[in-house]
Amino acid sequence: MSQAIPTTPPAALARTTNPVPPVTWGERGSKSLKLLALAVGLVVPAAAWAGGPPGIAPAETAPAAATAADVATLTLLMVRQLRPNRLPPLSLLDLPPKDEGLAGARLAIDDNNTTGRFLKQNFALELIESEDPAELIAEVKKRVEGGLGFIVTDLDAKATLDLADALKGLDAVVFNASAPDENIREEDCRANLKHTAPSRAMLSDALAQYLAWKRWGNWVLVSGTAPQDKAFADALRRSAQRFGMKIVEEREFKYDPGSRRSDGGFEQIQQQIPTFTQKLPEHDVLVVADEGELFGEYFPYRTWDAKPVVGTAGLFATSWHPAIELWGGTQFQNRFERLANRTMRPLDYNTWVAVRSIGEAATRKQSVDRKTLIEFMLSPDFEIAAFKGRRLTYRAWNGQLRQPLFLATGKLHVTVSPQPGFLHQFSELDTLGIDRPETKCRAYQK
Amino acid sequence: MTLLKTSAALAALSLTSLALGAGPAAAYKVFISNEKENTITVIDSEKLEVVHTIKTGNRPRGIILSKDGKWVIVCTSDDNRMQVYDAETFQYVKDLPSGPDPELPILHTSGNPLYVSNEDDNLVTVVDIQKGTIITDVPVGVEPEGMGMSPDGTMLVNTSETTNMAHFISTDGYKNIDNVLVDSRPRVAEFKSDGSEVWVSAEIGGTVTVIDPKDRKVKGKINFEIQGITKDAIQPVGVRFTQDNSKAFVALGPANRVAVIDAKTYKVEKYILVGQRVWNLGFTPDYKLLFTTNGTSNDVTVIDVASEKPIKSIKTGRYPWGIVSGLTPMKAADNGAAQ
Repeated sequence: MSQAIPTTPPAALARTTNPVPPVTWGERGSKSLKLLALAVGLVVPAAAWAGGPPGIAPAETAPAAATAADVATLTLLMVRQLRPNRLPPLSLLDLPPKDEGLAGARLAIDDNNTTGRFLKQNFALELIESEDPAELIAEVKKRVEGGLGFIVTDLDAKATLDLADALKGLDAVVFNASAPDENIREEDCRANLKHTAPSRAMLSDALAQYLAWKRWGNWVLVSGTAPQDKAFADALRRSAQRFGMKIVEEREFKYDPGSRRSDGGFEQIQQQIPTFTQKLPEHDVLVVADEGELFGEYFPYRTWDAKPVVGTAGLFATSWHPAIELWGGTQFQNRFERLANRTMRPLDYNTWVAVRSIGEAATRKQSVDRKTLIEFMLSPDFEIAAFKGRRLTYRAWNGQLRQPLFLATGKLHVTVSPQPGFLHQFSELDTLGIDRPETKCRAYQK
Repeated sequence: MTLLKTSAALAALSLTSLALGAGPAAAYKVFISNEKENTITVIDSEKLEVVHTIKTGNRPRGIILSKDGKWVIVCTSDDNRMQVYDAETFQYVKDLPSGPDPELPILHTSGNPLYVSNEDDNLVTVVDIQKGTIITDVPVGVEPEGMGMSPDGTMLVNTSETTNMAHFISTDGYKNIDNVLVDSRPRVAEFKSDGSEVWVSAEIGGTVTVIDPKDRKVKGKINFEIQGITKDAIQPVGVRFTQDNSKAFVALGPANRVAVIDAKTYKVEKYILVGQRVWNLGFTPDYKLLFTTNGTSNDVTVIDVASEKPIKSIKTGRYPWGIVSGLTPMKAADNGAAQ
C-alpha cells in the first residue's frame, strides 16, 4: 500500500460511549469484516467496538451521556501486517479467518469494559493494518506521540523490532502476539517489548517434556527449508538436549508446495512420504518442523514405519486450542464464538491476553495513565487470570508471558505442559523456554 | 482375614469415636455432587462410608438443601436446569428452571426463593422453588459464580469470575448496591452467621478478601504461604466458618490443603493436607465434621473440626464438586432401604 493511512479524527478517540445504535454482535462482526475486506490499510474507528456486550448495568448508573465526563477512556492500538503472499496451510480447516487475532483483541476489550463500567473506565480499540511495515510503524509512532501507549502486534519479528525501536524513549509498550522468534526475546530484546506469543523454545520444550514423560526418547527430525522451519528445528535440537532426548537422524524435506488445491494429489503423496521415510534408524517419534503447515500434515499415517508424528503436525504445542474447556474455558470459548462466529485460534488468545493485561493493570491501579500502567506491568505484583488454571505473569528478564502450553491434536488436547516432575526453583512455568540464568537479554537490566 | 478385618474396623471405630468426642454421634447423610460422573454420592457421616449413589442429570455441580431439609437441590449445569431429589428416599422429585449453565444456588433465608448463578449468561436467576417458576433475572458481571446470602436475608453477594468483583445486590427489588473489586477469579462468597463479614475467595489471585457488608469496605486480605508449594498452586475456593465464627476453613485447590484461619485476626494457623484439587467444603449440621471435595483424586476428606485433623478419605464418583449435609439424623432403616 503506497497510499497514506487516513487518521481517525481526534473526536472519535475521545468518545467514551458507543454512538452506534445497538446491533447484534453477529451483524456487527460481519459489518467490520466487510469493512476490513474493502478497506485494506484503513484505520477502522475504534468506537464501533467500544460498546461491549450487554453486561451489567449498575442500577444507579445514569445514562452514559451524563457520566461521560467522569469516564476515563483508554484506547489501544492493534497493528496488523497483512501478508497476502503467505502460502495458505494444507487443510481447508486451517485457513486463517480475516479477523484472526483481531477478534481476540475485541473480546478482551469487551471483557475489560465489563469491569471498567464499575470503575468508570472505558476501553477502545483501533486497528491499523497494511502490507508495508514502514507505513505501519510511521502511523503507530504518530499515534503514540499523540498520547496512545499500548500497541498489540501481529507482525513478523523484524517489523516488531523496528516498531519497538521507533518507539524508544516514548511512553509506549508493544505486545508481540504473533512472532515466536527467539532473538527478539534474547539478544535483540527491547525493554518496551512484551510477548504474549510463546517463543519457539517454549513450544519445543513443552513438547519435549511430554515426550520425555512418555519415554519416547529417540527422535527423527524432519524439517522444511524455510527459515522459520530451520529456526524451529534449532529449538527442537536445544529441547532434545535439555531434556535428554536423542535425535537419531535428521532429514530435510525439500518441497515445492505448488498449489494447495488440486483435484487429486494424494495418490502421489501416498507414495512419496513412505519413500522419504525409508531406512531410518530405530526411533520412537518422527518430529516435523514445518511452521508454515505446508507439508507436515502429509506425514501422519504415511510414514514407512508405524511411528507417531509430532512437532508442527500430529501432536503439536500451542497457546490455545478451540476445544479447550479446562479452567472455565467453556464460557470463554462461548463468549468468543458469540462475538466472532467462529472458534478461537492461538493468535486470538495471544491478543486477548495482551489486551486483558492492559485492562487488568488499569483495574488494579484504578488509572488509565499510560506511565502508571507501564510501570505497574513491570512490577512483580502484576498478574493476570487467563483461563490457564493459574495466574500468569511476565518474565522480569525479557517480558515474555509465562504460561502453560497445550499439547494437542487437531481435535483435542492431549496434555498440558509443564509436565509433572519438571521442577523449578521459582516457577515450573520457567521450565518452558529460555530461563533467567541463560538469557542473553540485557535490556531489562537497570 | 477375619482378624484383619476386625482390627481394621476397630481402628476405624476408635478413630471415629476420637473424632466425635464423648457425645453420641448423629449419623447424617452427606451429599456429594460428582461433576464428571453425573451422580450424587450419599455418605453416612457416622460410619463414614458410601450408602447410596443417586443418578442425576448432566454435570452436577452446586448442591444445597431446602430449608426444611426435605429436598436436595442440585445444578445440573449441562442440562441448563436444576434438579430436586428427596433427601430421605433419594427419589427424583422435579426439575427447577435456571438460566444457561447454572453453577451455584443459594436460598433466601426464609427458604424461598432460590438464587442461582448462570455461568454462561451473566445473570443470576431468581426461582420460586415451590411453584418451579422463574421470578426474575438479575444482570451481573461476566461469568457469575459465587453466591452469598446475608443472614438477615436482605443482601445477596454474587462474584463474577472475569469481572473480578463481588456484586452486592439487595433482595428487595434486586438493586445493585455496590461492587467491590477483589483479586482474580473470585469463586466463593461466604457470610459469617452474625452478618458482620463476608469473605470472598479469589482462585487465581490466591487470596481471600474480607468485606464489611455494611459499608462494603475491605477489612482485610488473607494470603497463604506453604513451604514447598509454589504460589500459583495455592488457589482458594471453598470457605466455611465454624458455628461460633471463631475460625474459618478455606480450601486451597491444587495445593491439596485446607487452611485453618483465626477468623478474628485473619491469621492462618495451620494447613491440613487433604486430597487433590480441593474445592468445596461442607459441615455436618452439628459442626463436628467438615467434608472436602477433592476433584482430581475422586474422594472426600473428612476433617474432625475439634482436633483439626483429617480422619478419613472416602472414595466418591468422578470429580466430586459440591457438598451438602442433610439436616436430620439418619434413621436406622435408611441404610437398608438405600442399598
